[in-house]
Amino acid sequence: MKVKQIAIFLENKSGRLADISHTLAENAINIRALSLADTADFGILRLVVNDTNKAQQVLKENGFTVGITEVLAVEVPDKPGALDSILQIVRKAGLNVEYMYAFTKKSGQSGMLLFRFDDQDAAVTVFQKAGCRLLSDDEVHAL
Amino acid sequence: MIWNEEYETLPREALEALQLKRLKAQVARVHETVPYYRKKMEDAGVTPGDIRTLADIRLLPFTTKEDLRKNYPFGLFTVPMEKVVRIHASSGTTGKPTVVGYTKRDIEMWAELMTRTLSAAGVHSGDIVHNAYGYGLFTGGLGAHYGAENLGAAVIPISGGNTRRQIQIMQDFGSTVLLATPSYALNIADAMADQGIDPATLRLRVGVFGAEPWSEAMREEIESRLKIKAIDIYGLSEVMGPGVAAECIEEQKGLHIMEDHFLPEIVDPDTFEPLGMGEKGELVFTTLTKEAFPVIRYRTKDISRLIPDVCSCGRTFYRIPKITGRTDDMLIIRGVNVFPSQIEEVIMGVEGVEPHYQIVVEREGSLDKIEVQVEVSEAIFSDEVKTLEKLGKKLQHEIKDLLGISCTIKLVEPKTIQRSEGKAKRVIDNRKLF
Repeated sequence: MKVKQIAIFLENKSGRLADISHTLAENAINIRALSLADTADFGILRLVVNDTNKAQQVLKENGFTVGITEVLAVEVPDKPGALDSILQIVRKAGLNVEYMYAFTKKSGQSGMLLFRFDDQDAAVTVFQKAGCRLLSDDEVHAL
Repeated sequence: MIWNEEYETLPREALEALQLKRLKAQVARVHETVPYYRKKMEDAGVTPGDIRTLADIRLLPFTTKEDLRKNYPFGLFTVPMEKVVRIHASSGTTGKPTVVGYTKRDIEMWAELMTRTLSAAGVHSGDIVHNAYGYGLFTGGLGAHYGAENLGAAVIPISGGNTRRQIQIMQDFGSTVLLATPSYALNIADAMADQGIDPATLRLRVGVFGAEPWSEAMREEIESRLKIKAIDIYGLSEVMGPGVAAECIEEQKGLHIMEDHFLPEIVDPDTFEPLGMGEKGELVFTTLTKEAFPVIRYRTKDISRLIPDVCSCGRTFYRIPKITGRTDDMLIIRGVNVFPSQIEEVIMGVEGVEPHYQIVVEREGSLDKIEVQVEVSEAIFSDEVKTLEKLGKKLQHEIKDLLGISCTIKLVEPKTIQRSEGKAKRVIDNRKLF
């Protein structure tokens, strides 16, 4: 029920993001979703890709600090109010979101919300009870 | 093992008698042969005949790096060039290098003292000594080399640099002893980790490290990562080179000064008045036996103190604790004295933080700002901003607690801090103070 995500440490230096994209491009790795968290001093790039292990390996070889974490991927219809209905469930259950990002799978049809909660297992139970569709690692990576 | 039982275990009284005899001879010779020293003594109103006891040494003027520079290159040599067989020089990053010379007997004496040093670290004949100290004008490489040969060990004169090849040779030749600067030893440990080489599969048993100040925390790091005992040694080219003082493997607690050849003093770094036994101050050395390039009361700028207790290893020489700072490296940040090694101690105390760091000092307006750069390794990396920020705050807080200074912590990508192949550059001081 959990999806593997790659996180990469970035110093605030021009060109570093392009170094990552270039490494991924050279190794034919496809990005499914991404988000960049930025602070005054550093950034954390989070990526869901088609081949997590390979991406981790090639990025490490190029000198990046890479971590793998798990996130939850919730499928939602691509229409107004979809995000809200999910966040209302999250609020009611008292779940705490560490971070989230979203993207559209296919315009007008469906989207995907990627969540990191402080208690991931509790969140899985909440979403399942509420009848939300959680995408598996295979499903997301095969998109 | 004690290499020279007779001298290294001399009872204090006999040792001091020997020191006095040698001091008198040394002062007389320097007075006679070097006009510069003679003039300084005359200016201070002292003659060699005034030295009647060891305590009389305080009548003599100090020698500083400035004196050495003024006499560049050979002005303080006491023998004609026909008697000189070796010349070394310091790096001279600030101004002219300081040049030192050795007679044949000086080289033999140096080899003897480095033999004692290695022997105290448990090195013996049959060992394969991987000497990664730089060969060249720097005294480290050749100084250690002669000692290891004299001991009967097999020396690999690999010098510094080309870390991959160093590791290959350690594996293929079965090096049992590593001689290097501590920062280079860590660099080697990193390279091994990168190549997936487990140091436990090597035959390395002990490392003999010197030429830069390093903390106890760094020792622990080196010992656990390379799976060896890490021994600290001390020396400086102006006095001789490596082999002036050395730890014993039995205690690893303080470095025994080769007192039959060097007379140590501790003076107040501001007033230059002699300090009492055990008090902390600037370490000063007078060479007692050197021929080509003796020094009288040379101010080392290293901060230390003397430990008079006889060590369990049996050596009677006074010890100095691990040197963790030089007055040269000392940063004065908003009036607070800070040694890089104190910051090192804090950084290494935090689980998972890499031992590579750099301190950048800037002046903004009239305020000094200090930034400590720390590399983000996988062990401390998190995909959550708050975890990394917490780490930065923790380091900041501990430095403030220990040193009383506020600094900013900058997390940087791995391998961005320059790796040492000799002496590590820990501080970048961008203040324009002069």
